[in-house]
Amino acid sequence: MSTTTPSSPAEPTTPVGKTADYLDQRTKIGVLTKQLVRKVFPDHWSFMLGEIALFSFVVLILSGFFLTMFFEPSMALTRYENEHPATMHGELMSVAFASTLDMSFEVRGGLLMRQIHHWSALIFLAGIVVHMMRVFFTGAFRKPREINWLVGVTMMILGLLAGFTGYSLPDDVLSGNGLRITDGVVKSIPIIGSYLSYFIFGGEFPGEHIIPRLFTLHILVVPALLLALVGLHLFLMVLNKHTQYPGGGRTNNNVVGSPAVPAFATKMGGNFFIIFGVLALMGGTMAINNVWNYGPYDPSPVSAGAQPDWYMLFLEGSLRLMPGQAEIVIGGYTLSLNVLIPAVVVPGLLFTFLFVYPFIEAKVTGDHREHHVLDRPRNVPVRTGLGVAFLFEFILLALAGSNDLIATHFSLSINTITWVFRILFFVGPVLAFWITKRICLGLQRKDRELVLHGHETGRIVRFANGEYIEVHRPLDEQERWLRVNYDAHAPLQIEPAADARGVKRKGYKSDKRWQRLSRFFYEDRVEPVTPAELAAAHSHGEHDELEPTHSAPELVSGSGDAEREH
Amino acid sequence: MSENQNPQPSHDVTPHGGDGTLAQADRFADPGVPEHHPRLADSDPRAAKRNERLIALLFVVSAIGTVGSLVAYFAVRPDGTTEGVRLSTLLLGVGMAVSLLGIGIAAVHWAKTLMSNKEYIEERHSSSSSAEVRETVATQFQDGYKDSGIARRPVLLGSVGLALALFPLSIAVPLVSSVGGDWNVSKFRHTLWQKGTRLAYDPSGRLIKAADLTVGSVAHVIPDVPAEERESHHWITEKAKAVVLLVRLDPRDLKRDHREGASHDGIVAYSKICTHVGCPVALYEQQTHHLLCPCHQSTFDIADGAKVVFGPAKRPLPQLPITVDDEGYLVAEDDFNEPIGPSYWERLK
Repeated sequence: MSTTTPSSPAEPTTPVGKTADYLDQRTKIGVLTKQLVRKVFPDHWSFMLGEIALFSFVVLILSGFFLTMFFEPSMALTRYENEHPATMHGELMSVAFASTLDMSFEVRGGLLMRQIHHWSALIFLAGIVVHMMRVFFTGAFRKPREINWLVGVTMMILGLLAGFTGYSLPDDVLSGNGLRITDGVVKSIPIIGSYLSYFIFGGEFPGEHIIPRLFTLHILVVPALLLALVGLHLFLMVLNKHTQYPGGGRTNNNVVGSPAVPAFATKMGGNFFIIFGVLALMGGTMAINNVWNYGPYDPSPVSAGAQPDWYMLFLEGSLRLMPGQAEIVIGGYTLSLNVLIPAVVVPGLLFTFLFVYPFIEAKVTGDHREHHVLDRPRNVPVRTGLGVAFLFEFILLALAGSNDLIATHFSLSINTITWVFRILFFVGPVLAFWITKRICLGLQRKDRELVLHGHETGRIVRFANGEYIEVHRPLDEQERWLRVNYDAHAPLQIEPAADARGVKRKGYKSDKRWQRLSRFFYEDRVEPVTPAELAAAHSHGEHDELEPTHSAPELVSGSGDAEREH
Repeated sequence: MSENQNPQPSHDVTPHGGDGTLAQADRFADPGVPEHHPRLADSDPRAAKRNERLIALLFVVSAIGTVGSLVAYFAVRPDGTTEGVRLSTLLLGVGMAVSLLGIGIAAVHWAKTLMSNKEYIEERHSSSSSAEVRETVATQFQDGYKDSGIARRPVLLGSVGLALALFPLSIAVPLVSSVGGDWNVSKFRHTLWQKGTRLAYDPSGRLIKAADLTVGSVAHVIPDVPAEERESHHWITEKAKAVVLLVRLDPRDLKRDHREGASHDGIVAYSKICTHVGCPVALYEQQTHHLLCPCHQSTFDIADGAKVVFGPAKRPLPQLPITVDDEGYLVAEDDFNEPIGPSYWERLK
């Protein structure tokens, strides 16, 4: 970018200057670059998580291009004539499977590219998930970034689709059974299920069309959508300027950090090479998806202990946990709730939570301001609790998707594991929420304690009258600012049900419901220390530093004394 | 915002602004951006030189990695065996990783130690456009609306809506009519099995004699069709519905058939396709007569009409009625009497 900025209005003499002049005379690119070259980006390791996803995506495109040069998405049957692998020689298989073997064994570097591509897909989705966790727990989805959050959630779903369609392309036994499960899930959809199955497979499962169709989705439709959304995601990021962590001098009206050129851009470019390098190392040293060990798709065999890629495990686990009794027949029509609930309703609810959460939180907070300074997760206990509960559910379902491996590795009964998971599915998130919320409140109290009484120094002083005290060192102003600079939101306050003349107000009931939800969010809260409180704590003198404060409104709670533990 | 409906005693403890924020006076003052601490390389030229050499070395390591991967490419030609391919993959991958990581680590180290790490402060501006801009845009749209004259010509509005709503049909109808093949979803109901079809081993196609099966033995079974038919693509789709698991039980253990009289002398044949979402049900436990689906652990009791004893499936596996023909081979007496595999809306119709 820097090369295109004209250095002076005078006639350029250097080649760089001439190029810049040529471009700028035709595009006015100077205006754009002026804003970008020294644009300030805040620095934090957690801002790199999204880059992991972005750069894995770039590696996916590069390695994917290599693979498309050799892959043939055809289900026509062929006999494998190559000598290697020996177990596949002379086998009848689809051209898709044969070309996968061919690119692994005959194309030098082909297997490396296949393995890099597969690992990149796993890391891509992992990068998305941890990036979303960072955004969620720090409240980076708040105004004005709600739209970018929606773009991100959509990309995550597209990422799942990209992974699924790619996984199925080699047409091996494992992926074929995955497609068969998909067919079973699709058929469970009421009324249109059978037709939707025909729509996808072009007839009965597996038919002759599914691989070419998935190929088109995998290399054209999904990546094109993803690319467009990546562009939009980054554009909105630059437009809104990046969020920053709280700290001295960081406000909602500024952004503190290093300029794009040189430090930020260099780090980002370096990060791309590091991520690519790690993926190359994984592809070179860690075998993944050796399809020749599974063989071409055949509807009859299946292997025990088969697992989908990690990002699909939660769906698999959901299917495994649901008891079969849920399938019901109404008026002669079969409603397979035993499939519909775990495979359609559960993921639907999980994704809906992600889509609507920013709007719900804004509503119950009554908040219309822009937020550019991130929250420390402890300072929004209910959000943090909900996030952890969500993660707990996701991880529980993923573990349930490996219940057979857990059973064999730990010599446990699979039925017992399944039952424990079934119970934890309902109990676990509630516990996870409650424990997380308590931990957050505890950490906030700890922060108050620190601000009011300072660090313990371990220095014991004896007074002339024989009394001992430990000397506390007050926090420096940066340490203190980090712990006092947050909003402890209070529950919404609403207009009364009837006005002064006793006329009932429209919308009162709805307001009331929102207020109830708002109480759930903000009833229990720890207020930040105020200067007055700090002054009071100090004026009590040295002696008080050993005693807990009874006077400070440490934890404000709508539910009264129950929360006052001191 | 004026009145709290259920005033809680604690609500008046802290004064709140309209959106729940504390008034500014009650707040600590922002201490400002922390003081900038110079790094070692900023003050010590020798440290800077050391870092410079290290970064240059890393770039050289990267170049060596690239050369190494090229050497590996040309020198280590895989002989086609799995081991050979693995070795080639390993060397190429490691060379590539060194080449990439060298650049990446060098760049990050450069940025972190030698490039200025002075922090800059940039002002943010409101994300929304100003009131004047909004007004201008609103006026522009109103002018455009007026210029179009659409308000005075409702017929145009209706007709353009009609045309736009209909035109996708010319693409959608041909697509939808063909994308599902013949859309004949009743094919789910029938398999290749019919009266007199002999049972054959999967995948060899060898016929099965009842006398060959010992008690406790299990066989994966396909219908007996000509060998050339088994090499057609159509076969995979048919096989996906027709696969059967055959088990010979001690007749005394057989509590009941799922389909009256479908077994033959303790030999039972059940569809291998799970009634949950359609995985092949392949794990047979001889002692308990339980058949387990490895995908989602639905468990069926083969001795008791293949009823579900655990897991996410609801219905028993459909049973294939079998008998022996004059030559002692096992044959089907009929097709399954219900659709095999996962449930769907109109399954019972």
